[in-house]
Amino acid sequence: MQLWLIPALPLAGFLINGLLGRRLGQKAVSAVGVGSSALAFLWTLRVFTAWGGSTGAQIERYFTWIQTGALEVELAFYLDRLTLVMLLVVTGVGTLIHLYSTGYMAREGGYYRFFAFLNLFLFFMLVLVLAANYLLLFVGWEGVGLSSYLLIGFWFRRSSAAEAGKKAFLVNRIGDFGFSLGILLMYVSFRSLDFTTVFARAGQAETATLTAIALLLFVGAAGKSAQVPLYVWLPDAMEGPTPVSALIHAATMVTAGVYMVARSAALFAGAPAALEVVAAVGLLTAFLAATIGLVQTDIKRVLAYSTVSQLGYMFLALGVGAQGAAIFHLMTHAFFKALLFLAAGSVIHALGGEQDLRRMGGLARRIPITAATFVTGALALAGLPPLAGFFSKDEILVQAYLRSPALFAVGLLTAALTSFYVFRAVFLAFCGESRLEAAAEHHLHESPPVMTGPLGALAVLSVVGGWVGWSGLAGMLGAPTFGQWLAPVFAGAGSRTEAPRALELGLAGLSVAAALAGAALAYWCYLARPELSRRLAEGAGVFYRLVQRKYYVDEIYGAAVVRPILAVSTGFLWKALDAGVIDGLVNQVGRQSKQTGEVLRLMQSGNLRSYAGWVVLGAVAVLALMGALAR
Amino acid sequence: MSPPPLSWYLLLSAVLFGLGVAGFLFKRNIITVFMSIELMLNAVNLSFVAFAYQWKQVDGHLFVFFVIVVAAAEAAVGLAIILAVFRNRGTLNPDELGQMRR
Repeated sequence: MQLWLIPALPLAGFLINGLLGRRLGQKAVSAVGVGSSALAFLWTLRVFTAWGGSTGAQIERYFTWIQTGALEVELAFYLDRLTLVMLLVVTGVGTLIHLYSTGYMAREGGYYRFFAFLNLFLFFMLVLVLAANYLLLFVGWEGVGLSSYLLIGFWFRRSSAAEAGKKAFLVNRIGDFGFSLGILLMYVSFRSLDFTTVFARAGQAETATLTAIALLLFVGAAGKSAQVPLYVWLPDAMEGPTPVSALIHAATMVTAGVYMVARSAALFAGAPAALEVVAAVGLLTAFLAATIGLVQTDIKRVLAYSTVSQLGYMFLALGVGAQGAAIFHLMTHAFFKALLFLAAGSVIHALGGEQDLRRMGGLARRIPITAATFVTGALALAGLPPLAGFFSKDEILVQAYLRSPALFAVGLLTAALTSFYVFRAVFLAFCGESRLEAAAEHHLHESPPVMTGPLGALAVLSVVGGWVGWSGLAGMLGAPTFGQWLAPVFAGAGSRTEAPRALELGLAGLSVAAALAGAALAYWCYLARPELSRRLAEGAGVFYRLVQRKYYVDEIYGAAVVRPILAVSTGFLWKALDAGVIDGLVNQVGRQSKQTGEVLRLMQSGNLRSYAGWVVLGAVAVLALMGALAR
Repeated sequence: MSPPPLSWYLLLSAVLFGLGVAGFLFKRNIITVFMSIELMLNAVNLSFVAFAYQWKQVDGHLFVFFVIVVAAAEAAVGLAIILAVFRNRGTLNPDELGQMRR
């Protein structure tokens, strides 16, 4: 099916824009950037239609990439229903965001660089999704990390952006270290890295081995998908341009960890302890990030913590064995979070760079399209029916309930918090009195159609995207729901249980009630009684400060990890070992040869007769030696 | 009458070579130094020829021809250099020609 075309197209776009972009005009760069992404999407659609209803997996082998000893790694692509979902999301949302970027970045320097990096990201993401073995997946995994670094630091002259890029890269390194150890252990245990072989042999492996592999893989996933304790890079990554936040740090790259854990379901199935860790970490992340999101004042940071929180939901689903629900939420989240980010970008664009919610307000009348789409995204995120977020979040909560009502309770509380913080953002930005500064007020304008177009498309997806998981609609059409359609992929591992109808409805009612309560509370605090939020903040005192400073996690990491490493690096590795021992040795060699040279230099008198004298002396010495030896 | 024994020739050769070395080391005129080199070369030639005659072998003669050719070439180049040095520096004393060192 020529799967290789899908990643090859963005790669070609990257090469053209990266090598020739400086000389091409802005129009040509846009055409190449958006075109390559759109073609990849079209080809994915073709593959999707040609795929038919097959429930199995198909592998396209191209060539042997590495062969050494018993290790043989092929460059091969793996296609099944899970891959198809990921391909459609990545290329579809990616294309919309590329298109949006042509408007958003129109007046930025380095336009061609931006599109080259964006295409490079798409290439690596598609390799990650298509890979048929863990090593190729790892290539894509590292590649998206690199693109993420390049794009977070796109405005590299701003030191905060450069720092954020560095932080993202380094924190991901920790996760990737775990991931690579997991791959090594996998090879030692199974003598192969191919998905099919590994999953087939996973059944016979010992639980301890499987648990170790699964936990190491999860360390990688936690780094890439911003889970506790490695989530700290994602909020800072908002320093990048907003389309980057939408594409990489909301819709696609950060979901790579979810994809990888779902793909490795066969491994995790044999490691119940690891699954419990996944569920616990997911739930903890969902809750903590949501609480931090409550008090953020930067519109993009609210969304960033929301992303961390929603990713936590997905890991909760993976942890309770509901891979289908996790992927479903991954998909709907890609729609509505990309929408929210792009709409936030449109707000920022309209205000000429203003991101602070405290200096917005009353924008609904001024930029109605942006406002309407943002509210659509907010409703979907809050999980109100019949929008996309409702179906996917509800399915996760139901599956969590079936495992343990306690998980459900925390999930429900988080859903209420989610609804509160997103509507807080809506009310602060779009309703009430205008708190704009004069410059922003003057600059204010609705975004061009090239930006509002993708917003509209994503808004539609955020509304209807969840219906594929709606059992009522599926029953009417006689088609499987999303979860049932995806189930064969996880056949060997799934513990997906159908909940009784009444229970499902009851839980859905609870989650809608929680969402409405959160929204109502936000309305009450920020619109009806604006002074209340301040009183509340003062009343909460210590707790409020704790949340506002993000639980001091950055400070704790700084004191516990960064500072000691810096101290050891500076004090011992740099000043003692490198400058003292290594440089000392090198310098000593240099000094020694110089001193020897100084002595030998005395012989070079420039005096012809002294040279001749040396020659004669030498000859006499040689003759004397020969005489002595001959005797 | 028999020819003089080999050792006489070798002794003469050694004396000539020693004179050449002494001239090279102690003379302050570069032309004389040059002539001393020629003296050393010809001292060596003499011992070559003496050995060749003694052992009735032609190798020594061959070497001598080579040495003469090289000496001729050396004389041509060397004299030209000396001439150029004298024109530029106005001296023939090798002790005053140490510029390369500084």
